[in-house]
Amino acid sequence: MFTYYLDLALRSLRRNKALTALMVLAIALGIGASMTTLTVLHVLSGDPLPGKSAQLYYPQVDPQDIKGMLPNKEPPDQVTLIDGLNLLHAGRADHQALMSGGSVPVQPEQSSLDPFYVEARYTTADFFAMFDAPFLYGHNWTDAEGEAKAREVVIAKSLNDKLFAGANSVGRTLRMAGTSFRVVGVLDSWQPNPHFYDLNTGSYAYGEQVFLPLQTMLELRLDRNGSTDCWGNGGGGVGSILPSDSCVWLQFWTQLDSPAKAAAYKEFLVHYSQDQKALGRFQRAPNVRLRSVMQWLDYQMVVPDDVRLQNGLAFGFLLVCLVNTVGLMLAKFMRRAAELGVRRALGASRRALFAQLLIESGVVGLVGGIGGLLLAMFGLWLVRQRPSDYAVLAHLDLSMLFTTFVLAVCATLLAGLLPAWRACQIAPALQLKSN
Amino acid sequence: MTMHPILAALRKHKAGVVLISLQIALTLAIVCNAVFIIGQRVERVNRPTGLDENDLFLVTQQWVGAPSGDDPAGVEKLDVMQREDLAALRNLPDVASVAPSNSVPLLNSSWTGSLSLKPADTLGKGNPRTAYYFTDEQAMTTLGLHLVAGRAFNAGDVQHQGARDQRDRPVVIVTQALADKLFPQGNAVGKVIYSDGSAAPSTIIGVVARLQIPSTGSFGNDFAWYSTLVPTRLDASFARYVVRAKPGRRDAAMHAVPAALYAVNPMRVLDDDESVKSFADIRASAYRADVGMAILMGVVCLILLCVTAAGIVGLTSFWVGQRHRQIGVRRALGARKIDILHYFQIENLLIAGGGVVLGVLLAVGLNTWLMTHYEMTRIPLLYVVTGVLAMLAIGQAAVFVPARRASNVPPVEATRAA
Repeated sequence: MFTYYLDLALRSLRRNKALTALMVLAIALGIGASMTTLTVLHVLSGDPLPGKSAQLYYPQVDPQDIKGMLPNKEPPDQVTLIDGLNLLHAGRADHQALMSGGSVPVQPEQSSLDPFYVEARYTTADFFAMFDAPFLYGHNWTDAEGEAKAREVVIAKSLNDKLFAGANSVGRTLRMAGTSFRVVGVLDSWQPNPHFYDLNTGSYAYGEQVFLPLQTMLELRLDRNGSTDCWGNGGGGVGSILPSDSCVWLQFWTQLDSPAKAAAYKEFLVHYSQDQKALGRFQRAPNVRLRSVMQWLDYQMVVPDDVRLQNGLAFGFLLVCLVNTVGLMLAKFMRRAAELGVRRALGASRRALFAQLLIESGVVGLVGGIGGLLLAMFGLWLVRQRPSDYAVLAHLDLSMLFTTFVLAVCATLLAGLLPAWRACQIAPALQLKSN
Repeated sequence: MTMHPILAALRKHKAGVVLISLQIALTLAIVCNAVFIIGQRVERVNRPTGLDENDLFLVTQQWVGAPSGDDPAGVEKLDVMQREDLAALRNLPDVASVAPSNSVPLLNSSWTGSLSLKPADTLGKGNPRTAYYFTDEQAMTTLGLHLVAGRAFNAGDVQHQGARDQRDRPVVIVTQALADKLFPQGNAVGKVIYSDGSAAPSTIIGVVARLQIPSTGSFGNDFAWYSTLVPTRLDASFARYVVRAKPGRRDAAMHAVPAALYAVNPMRVLDDDESVKSFADIRASAYRADVGMAILMGVVCLILLCVTAAGIVGLTSFWVGQRHRQIGVRRALGARKIDILHYFQIENLLIAGGGVVLGVLLAVGLNTWLMTHYEMTRIPLLYVVTGVLAMLAIGQAAVFVPARRASNVPPVEATRAA
């Protein structure tokens, strides 16, 4: 029966080629546009560390002075150096790391390469274990080495390929900012998207090439990038100069393995703020936050407004395309009232007619879906040509591929439902008589 | 012609009529808001910075192994290095003038603070925010700013400081917008203001017509025109120089810069793509996302209108086909071709009319929703009215071809079986 209905559907679709083409094209355009934007949105709002991000928390405390205080105001997005070190040394979390970003000049040994700047992350040693950064060669520096301001560096795979032709470079020397560093580890390709642990240096497709101990950076006064917020008469520091203690410029991340531990840690942050207030450092009442990775990304509104706007626009477009298809299909089915009347008179049940008409709209949906998929691939290719930082990430993955087809077929079946139902209400006798 | 037969016929096709009206309504709502967004972006991109942007470019460079600016000796050394660079650039044959500056408009790298009429005051309480440009006496000619009151900086005004030092700012130049905000009664020149909660006064010695702040993000929307020029060279391990080339010689001057700077001191990082950037490129990258969004919205609107027009053509064609016999009967009873044409045109006008009424409501509703979720203002009436007229026009254009075909149905059709 199915093949017969399919045959009928194809015959009927062939009869009105222009109309069929119009319906297929409308569905394809709608699906193509909405899948393109949905894929971009899906990529941008993804989990940077699946399976791990739920245990990672970002503590915020409020060390600002009393001026400009507003009730319910959020604490600063980063921590001061002194608070960061205090929280780090308290060691209340399962893992914790204090970090900041910057860039350092690399002076290659090979004379064929000019000095160049690379993005750097200055961090304490727990960073790698906490964020599950995979090592290709070697390992990270230890806490003790970090505290001892070791001249040690972990480099990214891409830099290892560039400087050491991809060989195991552990133990080799790397000259940066006029200082010799010993390579202790090489990371495998690793780039969480969004760049959740420091959104100030760019949210997407951003990866550091070198990782240095924070304490080493503090001693050498290496250049920083990112955001520095100061209050009172705090100096922000430019170039090689460190910001003062009334400036927040570091990120402090913790791993807390259970919700109970997270609750306890939040409690600890409140106590810490109270202690600091008793000491006279903090002036405000305890104002703390402890957000998980996804909550943090949500709070920081990391997905650009324009991307959400485009997605809304595309789905509005799909809606219009569907209404268009419903209208056209309705007209088409009603036009065939006579033919349907004959089939009814010859004994076809309403259910059979309904199935036949739905198969016809399903065929339109399927063809439109394939067209939409091709258009979405083309759309994503266009997105990748754009210069925005997230552009390179716009690829269709398997789940989105599946979603495209389900969306296309469901949408068209839904669009076929009303016309098919209306067409089935035809009284066969009336149709036969009127002819 | 009386409306009655048209309305009676429409009642026969309720579902079709409702669907096509709905499609017109949705199209109108989406297109109105999208065009409004395009309009806002275009307006944003086209706002002048206040600079004379032709022949202007920016040099960003960083010394390797430079002294730190922590101690006075280091600051002095850095200042000497910066002045050597400035002298070398000013000596280039294609260069008209050069000024050091921590930033330029649209660069999205800014030093911001707040200004007050009282000493040791802080942000809030209506004190305006401002973005500082730390530069020297050649800033006015180099940037091409238009002085409307007072005087420009002279060499005697110019100081230098380590980038972190808090040095007093005895004289400043502000924009007209900032002067109006601080001194609504006018005459800002010669008045005293205090910057960043400092107790040391700064005298306004001049007012420029217009100068945008570096930030183009939403963070800067409130004070986009509140710029302050400070005659101070900042000394740090990196420096930016704004260069005005002689008319038409920008590319030649840009090409000559790296060699000239390397000749002064080879221990620096200068890469061709980013370090020497024309202002046109800075403008393009600042507004790239806005332009991209406007183009995308425009394309989607165009396709949307095409789909809706095609839908009207398709549906009307069906109705014409369905009513062949009735049209023949009407023609046989004496209706002229033009009557048949008008019949379908008026029918479309009624359907589209219903659609646009609903569409206006949807457009305003969508706009209200967007206002609560995004940075958006109330859609001006002009956009809605234009959208309504455009929708009705598109409906008429789309219906014309099938309506003409209907009017060509010969009266003899009346005698044939359907």
